[in-house]
Amino acid sequence: MGGEAKDGLVAGHVSLWYGDSQALRDVSLEMRPREVTALIGPSGCGKSTFLRCLNRMNDRIPGCRVEGSFRLGDQDLYRDVDSYELRRRVGMVFQRPSPFPLSIYENVAYGVKRHLRRGKSQLDATVERSLTEVGLWDEVKDKLNDAGTSLSGGQQQRLCIARALAVDPEVILMDEPTSALDPIATSSIEELAASISRERTVVIVTHNMQQAARIARRTAFFYLGELVEVAETRELFATPKDKRTEDYLTGRFG
Amino acid sequence: MTDPTGVRSPKAARTKDRAATAVLAAIVFAIVVMLVVVVGHVVASGAGKLVDLSFLSGKPEQFKAGGGIGPEIFNSFYLLLLTLLISLPISLLAAVFLTQYLPEGPVARVAKTAIETLSSLPSIVVGLFGMLAFVLSAGWGFSILSGALALTMFNLPILVRVIQQALEAVPRTQRDAALALGLTRWEATTMILIPVAMPAIVTGVIISAGRVFGEAAALIYTAGQSAPTLDFLNFDLSSTSCPWNVMRPAETLAVHIWKINSEGVVPDLSAVSAGTAAVLMVCILAFNVIARLVGRALERRMTAA
Repeated sequence: MGGEAKDGLVAGHVSLWYGDSQALRDVSLEMRPREVTALIGPSGCGKSTFLRCLNRMNDRIPGCRVEGSFRLGDQDLYRDVDSYELRRRVGMVFQRPSPFPLSIYENVAYGVKRHLRRGKSQLDATVERSLTEVGLWDEVKDKLNDAGTSLSGGQQQRLCIARALAVDPEVILMDEPTSALDPIATSSIEELAASISRERTVVIVTHNMQQAARIARRTAFFYLGELVEVAETRELFATPKDKRTEDYLTGRFG
Repeated sequence: MTDPTGVRSPKAARTKDRAATAVLAAIVFAIVVMLVVVVGHVVASGAGKLVDLSFLSGKPEQFKAGGGIGPEIFNSFYLLLLTLLISLPISLLAAVFLTQYLPEGPVARVAKTAIETLSSLPSIVVGLFGMLAFVLSAGWGFSILSGALALTMFNLPILVRVIQQALEAVPRTQRDAALALGLTRWEATTMILIPVAMPAIVTGVIISAGRVFGEAAALIYTAGQSAPTLDFLNFDLSSTSCPWNVMRPAETLAVHIWKINSEGVVPDLSAVSAGTAAVLMVCILAFNVIARLVGRALERRMTAA
């Protein structure tokens, strides 16, 4: 693997519009390196939209306009980095497991071949290391040529995480990665998110407040496109400073 | 039907539901019966000829009885093959463009309207246009090439729409996942979208092939109404008896049925017509069955090990 992530992601005064409707309002948030940052809030609060800004997945949505700055170290993600290279450095895992229509091996190897110069033996080693990192290697090592879609839902999601890790990113974004999984698969993905964060920066959107409490060092609460409050997770849950955060945490809305 | 508490009795709703079920079932039944009657009648009338090898491989007669439809069978398949070779790449790229590159905006709207208009053109109009453009203006005469191009015009809009629907049915996350890995749109399309959509695309292509295979009006004035005797050992591509020569006229099964019924003088006219129709029918049914089987097999291969 490459070096540890030294720099976190810093978003400064981010506003975003879809046509005339504003989805994010002046959001400033630091996502610290080698930590899990959770984004929580009711549906439509802008947390997923914010996450998708971090690897420029909103770029091609017609009518979408972004203001403000996103920095990874001393680079501006929207000015200094090519969007394809950015997406190698900032990987993403989605709500539904989305393996490519390829073999298990190729699912992991494809992005590596595309982004990094690797010989066959290095490629094999990268695939093995990535699959080991997500705890899938022992389960699939004898059937690497089987279709990625032949795995169970939880295994597919781990395969997708291995695919993202294989290209050696500094940041992993997770968009409700467990909402389509059963409780056992969920807890294995949570453990994985925590272990990934030892070397990399992890940002996770979740609906599940217990999940944020279990894995995130810091948690940010979004509401109606605003970042209401961000704090150490324990602190945010125990002593929310904003009335809206408290209402949300106690289940009064959302 | 309200009782004093204001709760509506479910009885009326249930009766309506039962009535609707009966009507819907009756309509479906009627459709199935119609199909069975038509197919059954056509196949039964031509049953004798269907198993008659000299009919299936022999050459047609102009004046006496006992003619076959060998060249027509070959011509039909050859024209279909050429039509697909031309129309499949074009429609695949058009569908990719319309779904992935430019799903909205004025260009897409114009393209979509054009495709819809093209798909509603009567096939005889397509045929007459083909005669003007390919047969006369381009000077290709009544030829397989002219016929294949006319069939392409007829086939393109259907294929574009089928492939477009197949691509649109691919879950958005599949495409997002490819983009999020830093792949380009073209890589996402060729590596992810087309393979995922393949079962639906193949099914659609084969079903459209059935339509092309049975088309007559677009071919009468383009591929022509004569079937030169074919010599399968002749590889001189300029000779009219060379089967692969795309500049020779080629009457297909559907055109043959039309011709012998409108101007045929052979004494066994109705038997030849019924036999040809049965062969055509069986081929088209086969296309539909194959489409289903292939689609299902591909789907299974993609999801299973």
